[in-house]
Amino acid sequence: MIDLSVNFGGIKAPNPFWLASAPPTNSGYQIMKAFDAGWGGAVWKTLGVPVVNVSSRYGSVNYRNTKMMGFNNIELITDRPLADNLREIEEVKKYFPDHAVIASLMVESRAEWEQIIKDVQNAGADGIELNFGCPHGMCERGMGSAVGQEPEVLKTIVGWVKEAANIPVITKLSPNISHITDPGLAAVQGGTDSISLINTIKSIVGIDLDSYAPYPIVDGKGSNGGYCGPAVKPIAMHMLKDLAQHPEIGKVPLSGIGGIETWRDVVEFILLGATSVQVCTAVMHYGFGIVREMEAGLRQFMEEKNYNTIYDFAGKALPNVTEWKHLNLKHKVVAEINPDKCIGCDLCYISCDDGAHQAIALSDDPTNRIPSIIEENCVGCNLCSLVCPVEDCITMVKKDDGTESLTWNERTLNDDIPVTFDDDRAGGKGHFVPTPQDALKHRK
Amino acid sequence: MAEYKKPKTKAEFDKNFKQKKPLMNDTEAFYEASRCLFCYDAPCIQACPTSIDIPLFIKQIHTDNITGASKTIFDSNWLGNACGVVCPTGVLCEGACVYNHQDVPPIQIGRLQNYATNKTIDAEKVIFKVGESNGKKIAIIGAGPAGIACACEARTLGYDVDIYEAKDKPSGLTVYGIAPYKITNEEVLKEVDYLQKQLSFNIKYNNAINSKEELAALETNYDAIFIGVGLGVTRHLGMDGEDKEGVVGAVEFIEELRMKQHEIKVPAKVVVLGGGNTAMDAASEAARMGARKTVLAYRNSKQKMGAYGFEYDLAISAGVDSLFNVTPIAITGNGKVEGVKFAKTEMVDGKLQTNMNNTFIVRCDMVIKATGQAKQGHLYAMIDDLDLDNKTRIKINDEFQTSNPKYFAGGDAVNGGAEVVNAAYDGKMAAQGIHNWLNK
Ligand SMILES: Cc1cc2nc3c(=O)[nH]c(=O)nc-3n(C[C@H](O)[C@H](O)[C@H](O)COP(=O)(O)OP(=O)(O)OC[C@H]3O[C@@H](n4cnc5c(N)ncnc54)[C@H](O)[C@@H]3O)c2cc1C
Ligand SMILES: Cc1cc2nc3c(=O)[nH]c(=O)nc-3n(C[C@H](O)[C@H](O)[C@H](O)COP(=O)(O)O)c2cc1C
Ligand code: SF4
Ligand code: SF4
Ligand code: SF4
Repeated sequence: MIDLSVNFGGIKAPNPFWLASAPPTNSGYQIMKAFDAGWGGAVWKTLGVPVVNVSSRYGSVNYRNTKMMGFNNIELITDRPLADNLREIEEVKKYFPDHAVIASLMVESRAEWEQIIKDVQNAGADGIELNFGCPHGMCERGMGSAVGQEPEVLKTIVGWVKEAANIPVITKLSPNISHITDPGLAAVQGGTDSISLINTIKSIVGIDLDSYAPYPIVDGKGSNGGYCGPAVKPIAMHMLKDLAQHPEIGKVPLSGIGGIETWRDVVEFILLGATSVQVCTAVMHYGFGIVREMEAGLRQFMEEKNYNTIYDFAGKALPNVTEWKHLNLKHKVVAEINPDKCIGCDLCYISCDDGAHQAIALSDDPTNRIPSIIEENCVGCNLCSLVCPVEDCITMVKKDDGTESLTWNERTLNDDIPVTFDDDRAGGKGHFVPTPQDALKHRK
Repeated sequence: MAEYKKPKTKAEFDKNFKQKKPLMNDTEAFYEASRCLFCYDAPCIQACPTSIDIPLFIKQIHTDNITGASKTIFDSNWLGNACGVVCPTGVLCEGACVYNHQDVPPIQIGRLQNYATNKTIDAEKVIFKVGESNGKKIAIIGAGPAGIACACEARTLGYDVDIYEAKDKPSGLTVYGIAPYKITNEEVLKEVDYLQKQLSFNIKYNNAINSKEELAALETNYDAIFIGVGLGVTRHLGMDGEDKEGVVGAVEFIEELRMKQHEIKVPAKVVVLGGGNTAMDAASEAARMGARKTVLAYRNSKQKMGAYGFEYDLAISAGVDSLFNVTPIAITGNGKVEGVKFAKTEMVDGKLQTNMNNTFIVRCDMVIKATGQAKQGHLYAMIDDLDLDNKTRIKINDEFQTSNPKYFAGGDAVNGGAEVVNAAYDGKMAAQGIHNWLNK
């Protein structure tokens, strides 16, 4: 029997699908509608001293015909009075007592923190999330990512909050930092119950070619925004993994955020150690209904793999994410083209010839454009298989027999690594490359 | 089977002749462009007779550089707009698109091409530059696609150009011959107008070159002459009753249709003779003009027809019936057509034989002969030393030069009847040939 319910660092919810603190959680109306649609939790749009927003507020990166592959905003925290939000929190909790309502907070002074924590607790919030991420506007005022980038300050504030709060505290981290483990560790040392990440990434998504202003344009000017949506998922997953693998940080529950849209994304985040996920852009794009696809997919995956709860597979990918130096240098794959599937676009040829290792030859038969792999030149980089527009047409075939293993780490220990500029032990030694003049062979 | 009402107004005519390749809107063009894979050494380019850099112009459409896309197109093909909709793309660029091998619809290259050029033409964007004048002059006989393309290219190379055209409109069969559901008269003329405004070549209308004197004058006044006269009137079949009222040639029928549209009358029963693309067009057109019964009659089997399969399918979908392995032996009637007498044919030892013992009559009020156009032999005979092949096509070398060095030629007059795109290519290359010759 599949049970999707979670207990996330003391916050209970019927499932791990939560709305991230953002426009979809602006009001009680939206959150009630979301819970009704199937979301298990919601982090309220960040509360604090209400702001004044600009118009317009969003920009996006469209790729080919995909709209909003990346999404960018210059919106601040809530602009609604605290009293209105508190009243609505209370009302939502009345209708949905078992769903998680988490109040995201951002204020400046210790006194403000203590006051607002009391207020949201009284309203019935199940938990608090500390917004140390906002990379635009709020950081100029010493809040948001300005705190997220200063581990010491972050630790202090988490400490104040923990002292004042009697409900669980989630610390939300900013990705605008070199080592996510620095603020992560500070949060844990400050006593946080759990961590969520990532908030948005500082970004400029485009420049208007007539007004020379960045999007979104506010009366002829723009500002850096916060980047999110499918484009940021790889960065979010990497940071999640860094925290999950950390001996101390990894002990607290992690809520994954960043580019989550489908059940596959959810499963991937869980495999990297998340035990709840938060979604913003996908809901802003498609509405609350997307949770049905997420839930159905997650259930099916769990059924097929025989898991009862998400804890049965949370973090299962972590042991396989290792450092480069531990990868097997004896593993060898080469590309193979399935001539029955090939449509003759020759993109693999040009990508390998111009962008990789000159290991693909064009066909000399004018009636068929199927290229061929020059196996001895192929380094097994994958580029051609990634470029090929036909599903499963180019596959990477294993060529080693699996009996040998040797890592860079082991070679270093054996004193068997290239150390001089012309060292014979380098990987490319003796590897075929055409002469520079060959490039001009086809010149007219 | 489609049933067409006789069109009585321009609107009804336009409905019956609805455009097969309607103009794309911005969204459709954007989405379609986004599918292009940007193939290396793309097969679609290889399949285009004018080698337009198709992936490049598609990418330009996709990045909203419509003017750039049009430049890419016109750089290779001076009739890029018309070709987008009149080319048989299914057997050319789109037929070669790699998506066909994946059982995915190929990129709609023709419509994308037409989309880009249409926008640029409508915006009257100036994208061509007349070459610096070199003081030399070129005469062009015929303002068909070949002649227009030759004129455009020659102007970019700095020549003064005069086109002598027998009729009162430019672009030859594109405006007089191609089926109205492929392109409208307005669109054809708009493109030529756009080219002419920027490249300022002269067209002398109603100015057929028909005598030795006129040719001599051209030879004296111009440095080179391009022959782009296409083909002539429908060939005479020499069949009994061919001169009866109601027997017309296909190109003559279509010309009248293109010019007068709903004002022409097509009677109830029409027989179309022939198995080429012109026959398919004429039959389709008769049906769309409201003929109750249109019968396509071809002397050989369906498989042997010269027409493209899709053109045949189009005629059938317009409600045309077909008869195969029948040959007309006489046209019956009393002054006016009343029917066509056919004899059955059959293949005997690889040869088509007529069985005169097996004949029958198909009643009709009109016979359209789509049995080929005559060549302009009378004109060629007036030019000194002009070599023709055994099908009365003008012979040319790689530089599009004829055996009389002052004359160059291209288009239907050389290939015996192909497509607009071939004529456009020939005209362009001939101008370069002239340039090479005059600068030797
Ligand atoms: C019924 C029909 C349908 C067709 N459909 C298509 C189609 O769908 N798509 C496609 O790509 N192609 C189609 N074609 C073919 C295409 O129209 C021709 O290949 C193309 O127009 C040839 O161009 P051209 O310049 O060589 O000759 P033409 O277009 O024939 O132009 C020749 C020009 O020369 C003029 N001329 C002739 N003699 C003289 C003279 N002595 N003095 C001065 N001027 C003269 C003519 O008036 C004419 O304007 C079709 C042809 C026909 C007949
Ligand atoms: C396979 C690969 C290898 C790279 N190697 C280098 C490198 O050796 N030195 C470097 O400065 N950047 C390297 N980069 C980074 C690129 O120069 C570039 O900064 C980055 O890919 C972002 O640009 P892009 O989005 O156009 O790829 C590499 C990128 C790729 C994809
Ligand atoms: S795997 Fe890399 S090296 Fe090998 S053929 Fe493909 S692109 Fe070339
Ligand atoms: S990329 Fe794929 S489809 Fe294209 S030529 Fe290479 S193998 Fe064939
Ligand atoms: S063959 Fe098709 S997909 Fe490839 S470049 Fe041409 S139009 Fe694009």
